[in-house]
Amino acid sequence: MFDLTGKTALVTGASGGIGGAIATALHGAGATVALSGTREAPLRELADTLGDRAHVVLANLGDPESVAALPKAAAEAMGGIDVLVNNAGITRDNLFMRMSDDEWAQVMDVNLTSVFKLSRSVLRGMMKARWGRIVNITSVVGSTGNPGQGNYAAAKAGLVGMSKSLAYEVASRGITVNCVAPGFIATPMTDKLTDDQKSKILTQIPAGQMGSPDDIGAAVLYLASPQAGYVTGTTLHVNGGMAMI
Amino acid sequence: MSDIADRVKKIVVEHLGVDEDKVVESASFIDDLGADSLDTVELVMAFEEEFGIEIPDDAAETIQTVGDAVSFIKGAV
Repeated sequence: MFDLTGKTALVTGASGGIGGAIATALHGAGATVALSGTREAPLRELADTLGDRAHVVLANLGDPESVAALPKAAAEAMGGIDVLVNNAGITRDNLFMRMSDDEWAQVMDVNLTSVFKLSRSVLRGMMKARWGRIVNITSVVGSTGNPGQGNYAAAKAGLVGMSKSLAYEVASRGITVNCVAPGFIATPMTDKLTDDQKSKILTQIPAGQMGSPDDIGAAVLYLASPQAGYVTGTTLHVNGGMAMI
Repeated sequence: MSDIADRVKKIVVEHLGVDEDKVVESASFIDDLGADSLDTVELVMAFEEEFGIEIPDDAAETIQTVGDAVSFIKGAV
């Protein structure tokens, strides 16, 4: 149904479970993708699996120089950037009273500031093309809060306000800016939870199971598609009913 | 009109979709030609590309009229 043939998409954090699924979904719809992340091996592996139309662009979003270089490198590899998916994110969890300035700053740099800079950088091309899609991956905890994640929740909630403001500014240019907010998604990170922890989590989820990375990939694909051109400034929650907001 | 002024005029006409006779030197992009703030950013981008120059943000803020644009570009190329 959704066709992205001829479109180019930059996906950050593509070496992770969710980022890989997003890149796979966009690529499956015909897009050329640039896979960005810090670890080359998994990115290269994903690019090989996808085959044609897949490029690897290494970047460390905690490093301002690397953030500045990423859009240029991706645009050079693909010929432009029509779709930007800001998926990369880190956690530095700690109780609020124990959280260091550094734990706060690192999460802000990667999860919020780099998104601002990457988005600003791709806008010029999108404005000229009169078409563009920016999809920011947030989190259910940006809306609900979560103990131990004051920094992470603040950054994710910050993305929502930033996305709405930018959505206002560029809506008349055919550019949409939206968020996808995953709930609990089964990834290598959640595999490490004990059965006890998992069953506790599942009692909070009306759907009775964790989501899969493909659920997020499908949500991003929709928002990136031409069919979603009238959807902007919104957050699509993909959480099995865990938080109906 | 000089070549630069003609090229500036052409960009403004195309970008803002206004009548050519309205694009006079004294015309303000926002007050007379109906540009919004994002249009002015786009115009500056278009000038940069057309003339192969860089227009820094603080200079861009001083470009309010067609004449401002022409004289800035004349000084920059």
